[in-house]
Amino acid sequence: MSTEPYIILSALLFTIGCVGVLVRRNAIVVFMCVELMLNASNLALVTFAKANGNLDGQIAAFFVMVVAAAEVVVGLAIIMTIFRTRRSASVDDASLLKY
Amino acid sequence: MIEFSKPTLEYDLLWPLLLVFGVACAGVLVEAFLPRARRYLVQTVLALAGTAAALGGVIYVGVNLDDHGPARGEIVAMGALAVDGPTVFLWGLLLVITLAGILLFAERRLEGGVSAFAGQAAALPGTDAEREASTKGLDHTEVFPLMMFAVGGMMLFPASNDLLTLFVGLEVLSLPLYLLSGLARRRRLLSQEAALKYFLLGAFSSGFVIYGIALVYGYAGTMDFGGINEAIANSTGSRTMLLIGIGMISVGLLFKVGAVPFQSWTPDVYQGAPTQVTAFMAAATKVAAFGAMMRLFYVAFGSERWSWAPMLWVIAVLSMVVGAVLAIAQSDIKRMLAYSSITHTGFIITGLIGARSASDLAKGELSSTQAVLFYLVTYGLMTVGAFAIVTLVRDAGGEATHLSRWTGLGKQSPLVAGVFALFLLGFAGIPLTAGFVGKWAVFASAMSAGAWPVVVIAVLTSALAAFFYIRVIVLMYFYEPIGDGPAVTLPSFMTATAIGLGAVATVVLGVVPGPVLDLAAHAGEFIR
Repeated sequence: MSTEPYIILSALLFTIGCVGVLVRRNAIVVFMCVELMLNASNLALVTFAKANGNLDGQIAAFFVMVVAAAEVVVGLAIIMTIFRTRRSASVDDASLLKY
Repeated sequence: MIEFSKPTLEYDLLWPLLLVFGVACAGVLVEAFLPRARRYLVQTVLALAGTAAALGGVIYVGVNLDDHGPARGEIVAMGALAVDGPTVFLWGLLLVITLAGILLFAERRLEGGVSAFAGQAAALPGTDAEREASTKGLDHTEVFPLMMFAVGGMMLFPASNDLLTLFVGLEVLSLPLYLLSGLARRRRLLSQEAALKYFLLGAFSSGFVIYGIALVYGYAGTMDFGGINEAIANSTGSRTMLLIGIGMISVGLLFKVGAVPFQSWTPDVYQGAPTQVTAFMAAATKVAAFGAMMRLFYVAFGSERWSWAPMLWVIAVLSMVVGAVLAIAQSDIKRMLAYSSITHTGFIITGLIGARSASDLAKGELSSTQAVLFYLVTYGLMTVGAFAIVTLVRDAGGEATHLSRWTGLGKQSPLVAGVFALFLLGFAGIPLTAGFVGKWAVFASAMSAGAWPVVVIAVLTSALAAFFYIRVIVLMYFYEPIGDGPAVTLPSFMTATAIGLGAVATVVLGVVPGPVLDLAAHAGEFIR
């Protein structure tokens, strides 16, 4: 089995996530794009594990999932607080700190 | 079929690290089971005692390192962690900074009986719920376990000996800090905004780290630092994947230390976060992240040095120049200190590019690892002290961070202004302060590795940076106070101890740097 298509797919997903973080305004969507980047990395890790013939990458993928779950907890808490205060989840509205 | 063997842990070397995580978990239990009135005292004592015990343990491990072979260190926990001289040195430094940080977090006198953290983070700013929380004198004592988890992550980070542990350490140290940044009692909108920015950018950068890890793993076939080094040395194939991987991991690490061009979060977060958190975070994160960066670059990518050294040259120059130039334009003291920390990041990276193999060093010469370790000590302790002073200068609205509120401080409270001036002179690197010796060490190490263009720019930037430090001193001493003038609130012994620690370190390390330099030299090199 050739692993190349999977790596290309993961690079595509990563790029979509990356561009999403840069262009989207809603904090939730930005955050989802970050999760997409993490999952793209998972795909890459698992594919490389297959290509290298060892399990390190697959184990790493589990750790990344756990980290992503922990990040969701912390991230949604922060986004919720700021949404309740400002009635908006747009990252452009949070602009008191600048220069 | 892959054999499964039972993993082993070297508890005799790892127990300080495990103790810190244990204290953090115990702190969570305290939150769950103790009545609110008793939590503050129990949490403070628990955190202080745990950190002090861990510090004792680190000293014990450090003293007995000689038993662990000629390299004075061991790769433990099935290759996941390396406990060697630099690790133990960084652990000790982190725990000293943590002790000062806990004392700052526990300070209750400045706000009149409550801590600097939100009474109830879930209550919206300006609502009845918030007023009720503050009249009841509520406190978030969860900050102590959060801080201990962050400390655990910071200890894991520079000790990690494979890419996966590196990533986990990075996340364990970051996640609690995102939350802590958003918990200020005053100016809550700024604080929440700081938390949002720190979190989104931090998560974005850790996405880069993990993809970089995947690429390096794909290239080398292993996550182990030693194995990666071997794979790089032995391979003859295409290096594209490796180079992209190194670049992406560097993005995340450089983000954590706040190097240009990944510095944009630094001023916002340093300004918006509660000053106590800023003090702890500014000092400890940098220590942990530079420790991890050195191990990664020296041990894992050591044979690929000519790929990453030029990148660090550029980053060092950019950080120093951009930090110093933008700091001049600041009118907020926390923001100015944030830009100053970006400049210092540049100086530390200058030390990092002085990496040479041990055989090239003249006898008694400091290696770049040792120079950077020493710089981290001076920078970390001065930063904690300087931000601790910022918490003292207050008016009715809380901390008075605008520079105009600091005019004439020298007449109102000569002691506070004097100590702050000492820290500023230390940051500027004036002789007889710790900052001078630190700068001398990193510049000497970079110079002897042939990075003289960077050193020239670093010296010029130091002169430029001295301008905005001295400007604050002039403001404090040679101007009349505006209006009512600044008011310095007397802290309890806790903040005073933290400031005292920083001040003593600034003077002692400047006048007699010998013992700590020897300690850094004795720490030796990273094991492979």
